[in-house]
Amino acid sequence: MKLRTPISPHIHIRTTVTTVMLRVVAALIPGIVVYAWLFGAGVVINILFAIAVALTCEALMLKARGRPLRPFMSDGSAVVTAVLLAVALPPLSPWWLTLIGIAFAIVVAKHLFGGLGHNPFNPAMVAYVMLLISFPREMVLWAPPTALAEPPLDLMETLRAIFLGHYPGALSIDALSMATPLDQVKTQLGLEQSVAQTLAASPAFGILAGRGWEWINLAFLAGGVWLLRKRIIGWQIPVAMLGALAAMATIFYVIDPEHYASPLFHLLSGAAILGAFFIATDPVTAATTPRGRLIFGAGIGILTYVIRTWGGYPDGVAFAVLLMNMAAPTIDYYTQPRVYGRK
Amino acid sequence: MAEKTHHEIARDGLWTNNVALVQVLGLCPLLAVSSTVVNGLALGLATLLTLVLSNAVVSMIRNYVTPEIRISVFVMIIAAIVTVIELAMNAYFHELYLILGIFIPLIVTNCSILGRAEAFASKHAVVPAALDGLYMGLGFTAVLVALGALREVLGKGTLFSQAQLMFGDNAQWLTITLVEDYRGFLLAILPPGAFICLGLLIALKNVIDSRRKTKPAPAAHPAAAESAA
Repeated sequence: MKLRTPISPHIHIRTTVTTVMLRVVAALIPGIVVYAWLFGAGVVINILFAIAVALTCEALMLKARGRPLRPFMSDGSAVVTAVLLAVALPPLSPWWLTLIGIAFAIVVAKHLFGGLGHNPFNPAMVAYVMLLISFPREMVLWAPPTALAEPPLDLMETLRAIFLGHYPGALSIDALSMATPLDQVKTQLGLEQSVAQTLAASPAFGILAGRGWEWINLAFLAGGVWLLRKRIIGWQIPVAMLGALAAMATIFYVIDPEHYASPLFHLLSGAAILGAFFIATDPVTAATTPRGRLIFGAGIGILTYVIRTWGGYPDGVAFAVLLMNMAAPTIDYYTQPRVYGRK
Repeated sequence: MAEKTHHEIARDGLWTNNVALVQVLGLCPLLAVSSTVVNGLALGLATLLTLVLSNAVVSMIRNYVTPEIRISVFVMIIAAIVTVIELAMNAYFHELYLILGIFIPLIVTNCSILGRAEAFASKHAVVPAALDGLYMGLGFTAVLVALGALREVLGKGTLFSQAQLMFGDNAQWLTITLVEDYRGFLLAILPPGAFICLGLLIALKNVIDSRRKTKPAPAAHPAAAESAA
């Protein structure tokens, strides 16, 4: 009798790249729904347009590189990049901004480095930083939450604003936009207003952080926790990143609450939650060893706080992620787990 | 060492051993100054002139300088030539000189010039050495202009802007505005854009080379190389 014993591992988990990517998109949905609820249909239009552009670029690049279309098109990685970038852009950003960003992410940041699994930097963040540096004006025109806008744009008006650049009435995009909470705190601190004064004076702030923003971030947090439970992502990076950000914020808040915003405000503003659960955890560009992930996450948290507080930009998650992407191979090198039986 | 023919020198300098695309030398001025066609062309021509003169002079003295001190002698020759060119530009193209600023004196440290002096001029007669300088300089200038054009079109939507700095006031018609009311794409003007565009140019050269290799013999005619460069 012939015994057929396959070699280990004997227990397989049926997780493909496609399942992972689809679950990441699914986990983003609660956040996107709240986001669209508060900021209007522009969010959804941007995301759909970004996905269409991403799939087109992906197909063109696969064809140019002579790769099979089917397995790579259906893996969903381009969709995740598109959704992450679209969520990071202002809701009424013009169509060409999304187009340039996504094309840069897929063509330059992903395929020129060898495609999925070979890119050293997170494509969505590369594109975001590229847009932020190239088009500083367009990238800061955040529409206010619909609760603060008078009157909110309807679907047709939003479409016209994004694709034609026409705004209802005599309004311009400058009249329709307002500073994000992080931006506002930074500007007012520059004008020698204390954080508490700023928070009390402006209608842009809610109970925990920015009005509206706090709920979006809580919804992203819920999606992220679901990803953790499904074991799509490890706990190390989100916990280390948010922990380091909170620790930095707490230290300075305790020393001088006049000039430094509270840890809760930092955690629930900007891209902290989104970055911790969805961007920093990118399996391709993050550190891979367990200890390495803790260092990687903590580095992003600390850098984010440093850039937000003393840097030139209101938020620093994208820069922090790219900087730590660069450090990831070195971190992995120095944090190799000990092989059993060896020193 | 066997003497190279005129033809081989030309093909080396313009294409197969191009300073910027293959040797990837002299990147500091290449990346810093190539934000417009005019800037690129000006720096390219200055470098070209330096290469021709330094190669010729180094070749002339090659039998009188001992190997131990050759590098410092080469550097002094190059520095003297660059100083002359710098003063001449200051006198005749003053505004352009102000724009190019430190990168004109920095031609001294452009490794391609010392590289050609060491690798070619110190081992060849005067005429081939000067020709090598000419073609290496032309190859470098071509890349500077191509990079400048790419970055200028992407970054500003124009071509040959400020042409009057180089060709006099009559040359203002040269400036072409490709896109009216262009908002500008800052990345292409900034240093990262220079790296990305240079990478694309090198990739383009490699694609052309590999296409020609796979094609049958007639396509490998050297004339194609020169026109493509």
